[in-house]
Amino acid sequence: MDKLKLVEATQMKSNIPAFASGDTINVHVRVVEGDKERIQQFQGIVIGRHGSGMNATFTVRKISDGVGVERIFPLHSPRISKIEKIKEGSVRRAKLYYLRDLTVKAIRQKIGA
Amino acid sequence: MTGLLGKKIGMTSIFDEKGHIIPCTVIEAGPCFVTQIKTKDRDGYEAVQMGFGEKRERLVNKPAKGHFAKAKIKPTRILREFRDNGVSDYQAGQELKVDKFFAKGDLVSVIGSSKGHGFQGVVKRHHFGGGVRTHGQSDRERAPGSIGSSSFPSRVFKGMRMAGRMGGERVTIRNLEVVGMIPDSNLLLLKGSVPGARNGYVEIRKSKAH
Repeated sequence: MDKLKLVEATQMKSNIPAFASGDTINVHVRVVEGDKERIQQFQGIVIGRHGSGMNATFTVRKISDGVGVERIFPLHSPRISKIEKIKEGSVRRAKLYYLRDLTVKAIRQKIGA
Repeated sequence: MTGLLGKKIGMTSIFDEKGHIIPCTVIEAGPCFVTQIKTKDRDGYEAVQMGFGEKRERLVNKPAKGHFAKAKIKPTRILREFRDNGVSDYQAGQELKVDKFFAKGDLVSVIGSSKGHGFQGVVKRHHFGGGVRTHGQSDRERAPGSIGSSSFPSRVFKGMRMAGRMGGERVTIRNLEVVGMIPDSNLLLLKGSVPGARNGYVEIRKSKAH
C-alpha cells in the first residue's frame, strides 16, 4: 500500500488549513471561461468531510437568494486556489445534514455561524 | 520489443492539467531482467524472455537455478516471452526499467488473470435476467430458462451458456492511456482498471499503432 501513497503524495496539497464540520469557510475556485481564468468565491458552512488521502472531499452549504446550494469539492483539487476559514462552529456531529431542514435563523442559533 | 512485466499495486485517482479527476491503476512495472534471448537459428523464432518479481532461493529448483545463473541474475517469480524482431539490442542479464518503453500519453494493453469468482450461476456469469419473482413462481428467480428444443435436435448445442466456473482467466484490456510515471520506484499509472486482484502479476504491452 505504501507505493499507492507514493503516487498520491505527488498530487496532494500540504497547505490546506485545518477545518471541520460546522465551520464557515470561503473557497476560492478557479473558473475557466474560454481562455480567461478568474476566481469565484463560495462561502458557506461545511456540512461534512468525506474520504481520506487523495480522494478526500468536503461539502459546503450556503443559502443563496433563499435557495439552499451545496457544493462538493475534492479537497486536493488544483481548481481550488485557496480555502479561508471565516468562523469556527461548535457542533456535536460530523455530518450536519440536519441543517437542510432548518431556517437561516435556526442555523445561526444552533451552531453560531 | 515493447513490453514489461509488472505487479498491480491498486487504484487511486489523480488530477489532470484541467483539474479533472482521472481514475487510475498503479502498476509496479519492473525492474525486469532479460533472462534469455531466443534467436531464429537456435529456437526458430525471435523473442526476449524476461523475469520479474522476487522468489525465495529455497523455492527455485535446479533447472531453473541453472537458467538464471546463465543470465547472472537472481531468480525471479515469473518468466514471460515477448516476440520481437530486434532482439540484437538486448542481452541476457540486462535490466529493463519502466521509462525505457513507456512515456506519458502512450496507449498500452494490459494482460492479467481476472479475479476468480468460483462456481457461479447464469445471472452473475452471463448476465441473464432470471425469472419473475411473483405470479406464483417457485425456484425460478435465478434459473437459466430453456436450454434448447425437444425432439429436434435432441441435444444441447455446444457453447450453451450455463452456470460454471467464473473468472481466473487470461484477460486483455486494450488501449489504456499512460497518465503518469514515477521512474525512481518503477511505478506506472494507467487510466482505468486492469484485470486481476491487487498484487497480481500483469503483462504490459505497447498498443499497436492504428
